[in-house]
Amino acid sequence: MLNILRIALRNLARFSRRTFLSSMLITLGIVAVLLFIATAGSFKAMMIGQFTDAMLGHLEVHRKGYVASIDNLPLNLNMQPMMVAKVEKALDGRPAVQAYSERVKLGAMFSNFTETTAIRVNGVDPAKEVAATPLLPGRIVEGSREGPILKRGEILIPTLLARGMKVKVGDTVVLVATNREGSVNGKTFVVRGIIDSLSGPSGRDGYIDIRDARELLRMDKPEVNEIVIRLRDPAQLDQVYAQLSQELAATPGQGGQSAAEGKTGQGGGLEVHTWAALSPFSSIVRMIDLLALFIKIMLVSIVLISVMNVMMMAVYERIREIGTISAIGTPPRKILSLFLTEGLLLGVGGTAVGTAISLAVIYALNLWKIHFNFGQQQGLVLSPSIGLVDVLIIAAMVVVVTLLASLQPAWKASRMDPVTALGHV
Amino acid sequence: MTLIRAERLVKTYRSGEVEVPAIRGVDFTIDPRSFVVFVGPSGSGKTTLLNMIGCLDHPTGGTLAVLDTDVSKLDRRAAANFRGQHIGFVFQDFNLIPVLTVYENIEYPLIMVQNWPEARRRKQITRLLEAVGMTEQANKRPAQISGGQKQRVAVARALATNAQLLLADEPTANLDHDTAFRIIELMKKMRDEFGTTFVFSTHDPKIMSEAEVVFALEDGRVRQQDREERVALHA
Repeated sequence: MLNILRIALRNLARFSRRTFLSSMLITLGIVAVLLFIATAGSFKAMMIGQFTDAMLGHLEVHRKGYVASIDNLPLNLNMQPMMVAKVEKALDGRPAVQAYSERVKLGAMFSNFTETTAIRVNGVDPAKEVAATPLLPGRIVEGSREGPILKRGEILIPTLLARGMKVKVGDTVVLVATNREGSVNGKTFVVRGIIDSLSGPSGRDGYIDIRDARELLRMDKPEVNEIVIRLRDPAQLDQVYAQLSQELAATPGQGGQSAAEGKTGQGGGLEVHTWAALSPFSSIVRMIDLLALFIKIMLVSIVLISVMNVMMMAVYERIREIGTISAIGTPPRKILSLFLTEGLLLGVGGTAVGTAISLAVIYALNLWKIHFNFGQQQGLVLSPSIGLVDVLIIAAMVVVVTLLASLQPAWKASRMDPVTALGHV
Repeated sequence: MTLIRAERLVKTYRSGEVEVPAIRGVDFTIDPRSFVVFVGPSGSGKTTLLNMIGCLDHPTGGTLAVLDTDVSKLDRRAAANFRGQHIGFVFQDFNLIPVLTVYENIEYPLIMVQNWPEARRRKQITRLLEAVGMTEQANKRPAQISGGQKQRVAVARALATNAQLLLADEPTANLDHDTAFRIIELMKKMRDEFGTTFVFSTHDPKIMSEAEVVFALEDGRVRQQDREERVALHA
């Protein structure tokens, strides 16, 4: 085998320009794909981080049926204290969970004493909310970001509402809400800050203290209707989701999709949702993944066509040589091996160089720290990275495709009639 | 004992509906260690006959036994194996592999065909390089040596696997007269030293005079020339 390798290497060196150009094509393909995966992955992770860290968390727990009618912010699907305790117990004993925050979500009328409009409000424990969604303070565009984001009697309102109602930080406003029993109650709040909007559910919600929310709704028990969970490592999403779904369900879960596509596990009156199941951004994530797939297909096509072309030319130009080695008794399988090895070396060489260049560029991009803006978020840093598994998959894919592309020309060479080949001019 | 036996050997090519007979039922035998030449004009069937003896082509009819093996019945793989074990080839255009050195060209069949261990290969190649007088050029590529030297290397390559039969199709056609004679002398020397049977084709009457047995091919038929006839032809 070593001798076949040696002869194959020499044959490649013999047609150095063609070998160089073909290897370059493979190299460029590899670089394009790896850089795309690294930057798109970075962009995706950053965008997902924006949604999960600013509003959605990685996972959310609701009463069964709540999410289905979340647009109405129903108050008859609250988690009762016993349910909340069960969830808290499940979360407290789980090292993968970094923080969680209970929310009371409600729809209310917002008045500045001259005009009135509708508002969706999250009642939260400020400290727990910041721990579970650490980018929330960063969303405050007017008002201080220092200290607690809220105190009792204060409200954070979304930008659009503030502009429309001409409300400033420090103004007094009134929230009027109808509770589960149909009783109407009102409470005044001081505007603590104005927060920018996020796309997706709850992205335009205001915030008040959870105790104020309960007071406004005249809750006599500490009910909540949403628990948002932040994980230490988002990569553990699937695992924690599965465990929580199972643990919180009295009956087996019914969620069947993958976490990336968005999952909903049901049972026992509680539902666990991944961020992807709650955010329309998950479809953009899927589009990015689809784009990466198309780029991979393009790479495969480039490699396939270029290697096949090179190998077909190699066979065509060496017909007499093939006739000679066949005439002196070289078994067809060795001729096949020789040409396959040439193709393989082309693929391995191109892949190795392409991977090295890609990793160097990714390293350089991380050193340069490229900044960009996304919506209201300014100065986000692009930090591309790529996992070893991705690199290995792409490299293996290219090498396998190279082998496949070499197969037909190699087969043709091995089946060549020596008399015809020797007579070839 | 006979090395090659052909009985009513026929080879017909088909071109569409037309059958073109190349060999028309020939009979001949070739003994081991002999130095045999097939002569005849272009298109007389010399190459076809050598191709059949060398298991590169199949007869259409009759029988052809080489080393007691009916080579007309060998399939593609068995034919390749038979060639690799018993037959060496020398081509008109030398057909050396350009990326390999002289040494590596001779080594090629020992690696790719017979898989000899390195020490044994080295010993055999050194011996052959000395025999064909190419020791000094061992590390040169084919492009760096002359036509006569290339043919010497081709002979050494053909003998590398200890082939019992060496087939050479017009081995001197691309060489000048003196070089051609030296190659024929080398082949004879190799025959004496290695005991190999040499069968080659030519249409050069001077080369033909060096052969011990001459078969004249004309219009697909073979006739063995006797000594008087050859002398007369040469004169």
